[in-house]
Amino acid sequence: MKPLRRFAVHLSALVFVVAWTLPSLGVLVTSLRDRDQVAVSGWWTALSSSSRMQVYRVPEDKGEPVDGRYIVTGSLPGNGEVLIAWGVSSLQPTYFAAGETANLTGGGTLRVEADGSFFLSGTESFARTHRQRIFYSVTAGPRLTMENYANVLFAAGVGRSFLNSAIVAVPATVIPALIAAFAAYALAWMRFPGRWLLRLIVVGLLVVPLQMSLIPLLAFYNSAGHAMGFDPKSYIGVWAAHTGFGMPLAIHLLQNRMAGVPREIVESARMDGAGDFHIFTRIVLPLTFPALVSFGIFQFMWVWNDLLVALVFLGPQDDTLVLTGRLINLMGTNGGDWAMLSASACVASAVPILVFLALQKRVESGLLGIALK
Amino acid sequence: MRPLLFLGPALMFLGIYQIYPVFASIWFAFHDQSGRSYVGGTNFQWLVLSAEFRAALVNTVLWLAVVPAASTVLGLLSASLTSQIGWGRIAKMLMVLPMALSSVGAASIWKFVYDFRGAGLEQIGLLNAIVVGLGGEPQAWMALPFWNSFLLMVIVIWMQTGFAMIVLSAALHAIPAAMIEAARIDGANGFQLFFWIIVPQMRGAIAVVFLAIFVITLKVFDVVLAMTNGQWNSKVLAHLMFDLMFRGGGDLGRGAAVALVILILVAPILTWKVANARAGKDG
Repeated sequence: MKPLRRFAVHLSALVFVVAWTLPSLGVLVTSLRDRDQVAVSGWWTALSSSSRMQVYRVPEDKGEPVDGRYIVTGSLPGNGEVLIAWGVSSLQPTYFAAGETANLTGGGTLRVEADGSFFLSGTESFARTHRQRIFYSVTAGPRLTMENYANVLFAAGVGRSFLNSAIVAVPATVIPALIAAFAAYALAWMRFPGRWLLRLIVVGLLVVPLQMSLIPLLAFYNSAGHAMGFDPKSYIGVWAAHTGFGMPLAIHLLQNRMAGVPREIVESARMDGAGDFHIFTRIVLPLTFPALVSFGIFQFMWVWNDLLVALVFLGPQDDTLVLTGRLINLMGTNGGDWAMLSASACVASAVPILVFLALQKRVESGLLGIALK
Repeated sequence: MRPLLFLGPALMFLGIYQIYPVFASIWFAFHDQSGRSYVGGTNFQWLVLSAEFRAALVNTVLWLAVVPAASTVLGLLSASLTSQIGWGRIAKMLMVLPMALSSVGAASIWKFVYDFRGAGLEQIGLLNAIVVGLGGEPQAWMALPFWNSFLLMVIVIWMQTGFAMIVLSAALHAIPAAMIEAARIDGANGFQLFFWIIVPQMRGAIAVVFLAIFVITLKVFDVVLAMTNGQWNSKVLAHLMFDLMFRGGGDLGRGAAVALVILILVAPILTWKVANARAGKDG
């Protein structure tokens, strides 16, 4: 390849990667920043130092008499930040550099050092004069904190929602995988009338949007709950809904893999008198277990990230709200509180991201399995 | 009898959660808001006359025109770029990560990018900071009718490109090296090679990716809910339907009518999928 073309390829790839990571990086950095800084400066300034104006009033102190003068010493508040400039009037708050001495009205002098220590001296006791004000600007180094995470996890209900999401997602992954495995075996290896029609229905249902199901099911849940006296919004209801909605993909994916098990293996087991249940649990399932895991990963990520099904079948009330619902609430009510929102978004995204990274190979092959059969 | 034992639970779930609702939706679409009395075509009449529905339909068509095509093209481009560089694996890994996020999580990330502060204040949103840095006026992006839809589409494209890239990367690698070599020897340049040899070889995978993202785009609802809640003329059908289900106690009839419109929009893909599956019957 020509060097110029090579350069263009690398550059374009870099542009892609930056565009695809920068927005997320912004939220990650924001979640680690000081809450006050988040509101006033862009996240990209987080790693550079920023200057900050402060004002300090010397505490009440007559002063220590030394050689006919009265001396007050002390230190300006600041957590190890470096003082750049200071002043004694609000009009010129950065008139003096660190280490310089200012002459005060009334014959006093004031010196402020870079480490924030000050040295005030006057010709008479400070008991009756007003307390001296010192204006100063410091450079605050980048300060990263876990405070926002502690806040959202323990105060904002995100911890509770994290638990709710897990309560929803784990059974909503295991149940459909189990049920679909049996059905996929039947579709792949058992002979019965209507097998082909059933396969076609499953393929068709793969593309039927979830939206089709919501209204009839909402009405069904409500009337069934009313008639039999149970709460239509429950974990059981949402598990069942996710099981139903995940069924076409699960059956389709597993049936394709199970049909790929060599015929001779299944036939010879049949010859030896093994029943379907035995063939399924001892031969077909172990051979296609990776596909089951692939489905499990997708289903888990989909359920964990779902908002619609959870809102419709579990409801928006606080005690059962899932993470995605919590995030929507934070975006609505505290539109400006980016520290909270960003930390919550990171908590909500951590689980699927970790699953994804840990099982990336499996995810990729699963995706290809779905897309290209 | 034995097949029924294996299939029973799955059939029950498919029946209740997928097959019954399709027919019930049709039934509901011809009934009133509580689903009790028959109202004939009133709900569809409302659809035709409602400015809200028309706006949502127009937006949905815009989404369908832009998102699947843009994601597929960007996926193809990034698959091709990452296949040519040494750090392609890392680049791919970083680009697929948005796929793992929830729509709401992605929306909160982009809400931050699109954040707006009044002119003169320091912008903390990346987009406005860039605009101001270039000497422009900061904009309340989400409140710009028409353009806001495109900014919302960016979020979904950003999420789906990784998926397109993975599938298309695999298809790219499956092209026989000898074929590309032969075209090179015949004097094809980079562009000719790409458009005349590589893309035609990948058309199956491209179609699959395009259609998958088409279906996903049609169902987009959380991004709109989170970013604008349908305000400033950004509503899409899936969001309108959700809104109809719960707004003012809910209107099941109109909601079901909108759901049917969504079904009609996927119907061609559904037919194509089923026809394909039938053709591959012996497989």
